[in-house]
Amino acid sequence: MKKRLSIFFSMLLVLSMFLAACGGNDNADSGEKGSDSDAGKSDVAQELRVNINTEPPSLHPGLAKDSTSGTVLRQTFDGLTRIGKDGKPEEAAAENIEVSEDQKVYTFTIRDAEWSNGDPVTAHDFEAAWKWALDPNNQSEYAYQLHVIQGAEDANLNGGSLDDVGVVAKDDKTLEVTLANPTPYFLELTAFYTYLPFNSKIAEANPNWAHDAGDDYTSNGPFVMTEWSHSDKIVLEKNEKYWDADTVKLDSIEMIMINDPNTELSMFDNGELDWAGAPTGALPTDAMQALKDAGTLVTQSIAGIYNYKFNTTVEPTSNVNIRKALTHALNRQELIDNILQGEQQPAMGIVPPSMFPENEEGYFPDNDVETAKEFLQKGLEELGYSDPSELPAITLSYNTSEAHQKIAQAIQDMWVQNLGIEVTLDNQEWAVYLDKVHSLDYQVARMGWLGDYNDAINFLDMYKDANGGNNDTGWEDPAYQELLTNSATEADPEVRQQMLKDAEAIFMDAMPVAPIYFYTNNWVQDDNLKDVIVSGLGDAQFKWAYFE
Amino acid sequence: MAKYIGKRLLYMILSLWLIVTATFFFMRIAPGNPFTSEKQLPPEIEANLNAHYGLDKPWYAQYGDYLLKVAKWDFGPSFKYKSQSVNDLINEGFPVSFILGLEAILIAVAFGLILGIIAALKHNRWQDYTAMIIAVAGISVPSFIMATFLQYFLAIKLGVFPVARFETFMHTVLPALALASTPMAFIARLTRSSMLEVMSNDYIKTAKAKGLSQGVITVKHAIRNALLPVVTYMGPLTAGILTGSFVIEKIFGIPGLGSHFVTSITNRDYTVIMGVTVFYSIILLASILLVDIAYGIIDPRIKLAGGKKGE
Repeated sequence: MKKRLSIFFSMLLVLSMFLAACGGNDNADSGEKGSDSDAGKSDVAQELRVNINTEPPSLHPGLAKDSTSGTVLRQTFDGLTRIGKDGKPEEAAAENIEVSEDQKVYTFTIRDAEWSNGDPVTAHDFEAAWKWALDPNNQSEYAYQLHVIQGAEDANLNGGSLDDVGVVAKDDKTLEVTLANPTPYFLELTAFYTYLPFNSKIAEANPNWAHDAGDDYTSNGPFVMTEWSHSDKIVLEKNEKYWDADTVKLDSIEMIMINDPNTELSMFDNGELDWAGAPTGALPTDAMQALKDAGTLVTQSIAGIYNYKFNTTVEPTSNVNIRKALTHALNRQELIDNILQGEQQPAMGIVPPSMFPENEEGYFPDNDVETAKEFLQKGLEELGYSDPSELPAITLSYNTSEAHQKIAQAIQDMWVQNLGIEVTLDNQEWAVYLDKVHSLDYQVARMGWLGDYNDAINFLDMYKDANGGNNDTGWEDPAYQELLTNSATEADPEVRQQMLKDAEAIFMDAMPVAPIYFYTNNWVQDDNLKDVIVSGLGDAQFKWAYFE
Repeated sequence: MAKYIGKRLLYMILSLWLIVTATFFFMRIAPGNPFTSEKQLPPEIEANLNAHYGLDKPWYAQYGDYLLKVAKWDFGPSFKYKSQSVNDLINEGFPVSFILGLEAILIAVAFGLILGIIAALKHNRWQDYTAMIIAVAGISVPSFIMATFLQYFLAIKLGVFPVARFETFMHTVLPALALASTPMAFIARLTRSSMLEVMSNDYIKTAKAKGLSQGVITVKHAIRNALLPVVTYMGPLTAGILTGSFVIEKIFGIPGLGSHFVTSITNRDYTVIMGVTVFYSIILLASILLVDIAYGIIDPRIKLAGGKKGE
């Protein structure tokens, strides 16, 4: 009897597993039918499928602080300006923009437009959104993007009143913005996601409006979000209420979240995606050469730099000649051709060529081993060594990743071969690494930087103060600081540009950072897909995209 | 029996508390914090964030708050994903991993047992060798290689299954196979060796001498005893597979729970780290308890209640 019972129980266990599994399959099957009918409809229609890698951390314009969230927001919201097809900011939610003589007061006339639920888009929505981000109670990590506005930094960081912030909705149609200093790139900033508006009526009624797709998630851009299944996919559909809806040709965009470059490319090859690679996803490095040979790889340079920072507070990298020797002894082109394989540009300056065209050439020739040796000799003498072999081993740090490791190994080899010094490699997990670099506990460390807006100050400002948050080198220079300070109040764009160039020259002469390469975006796309616009900052816009 | 289970539950709570405590403190010792980023925040904003999430409080206050919240099954908000709480992440991710895991366990157990039994019955014959070659391959090929292999042949070359994602039943087949390959091989080997041991026992010889057929001997007498090691292995396996695999979920783009175990640590997303650890521990402890109960059912010699429990 007992035995029977136990057999019965074992059978029950197995049976329950079967049933549970079948139950799951049933659900999945019904899902299949649903998506099949969708696919049937979209085959003829304009439906774009892209990969955005990961779950966007926040789709609230005031809380977003990463490129994935930015990719979604750029399609669903319309800022005062939008970066146009030509890469220049053009009027979007604002139909007219007036700038005062001293370039400090901007008056925006808001276009007649509606939110996706039919509410009118007003100047008050912009004022509310910007002040929301600046309110310290809302924990906006990117609020500092708004600090160019008068009183904004005070209200955000130092307990100043939000009423003193220089953004005022004069009436429903007029937004007046007063800046702390003339800011020639302000109209670039108004296209940035921290400057996007939100529907202030809804935000007041439901502070969690941005948590999910639904009636409360209203937007004013070319597309509206109709589905957000977390960590799985986001579905955007054309916003029929968009003021420029005639221009928008895509009916829907499906953004899936696959964080594996090989799978992404396989899905593209299998016709399950219309786009693989940057800026929304990534391509496997191993596939670059094959894609290049097949002629399908698209390459576009973006405003970003990969560099090695020197700690200027410890020997031997405190010595400018040692730093120059290390910088000159790099063969960047070889690195790009053999390791990176993404058509990157060798960097011999720190501001990307899209901002300073002279930096196509840079401040010195690539792979200048002779000059490097001269600098090394001078540096060794200053430090009291007679031969490179006497120099203690230099530690090169990077965060744990195969890509960074390959680069570090190649550079280690270049330094050993070209200069005859000893180099050891050292890697840590990302957060540990950042902690170490930010606290100057390293000798040479890799770091990347991507521009948020199209202006050289983006790449220069972080080196202004030795203890500034992103300097990480311990370097500062009074002349450099003066140039940057003066450039902030300079109203003439030409003069300002020259000041920034002079500042870069001072920086390159002190060489607290060894520039290595300027980033590129590489992708493959469906042959019939046209007019996806990728900006110089590497932002994708689907407003104009269509299938032929 | 009830007394035994009650006692075990008490031990489970104790283990859980130890796990929570250890994770909590190890996590805080690790350098970096949820707001560490390549573009450093202004210190004032970071201080404000710390205050908002209670990270400025002394450690004992944070620890006490956390224990209270866990007891109420509230894991708090995620630091990284602003629109989701940790409970949301678990509620959305777990069912996905669970369905996939069940499918994988089913494949692993069914095929593992069959392979193992065949190998044992046909000891040292070609069937045995074939089964064991499959088993060795299954154990030694890592799941991510298996996954890519399946994707390449069955999805890209033959076009039978979709490459990735989690939408229909067809989407689940490849990840379930990839997930099942190693446990299946393991189960096959376990079953084979314990079957061989059982088959050489006296009572099997007696059964043979009585003139029972090979089928009856195998099914009625041998398999049940041979299953014990497999059941032991099922405990941790179930917990591990049901809560999702980071690698498989990444390769197939499955929105399960597995990826949170790894990414939360990279993000230093404290609340998510704690939440998934506690959740995993509960599943693990529960499945171990179930396994212990299952022992008693399969082998009556193992008495749960009374003095000789768990021996």
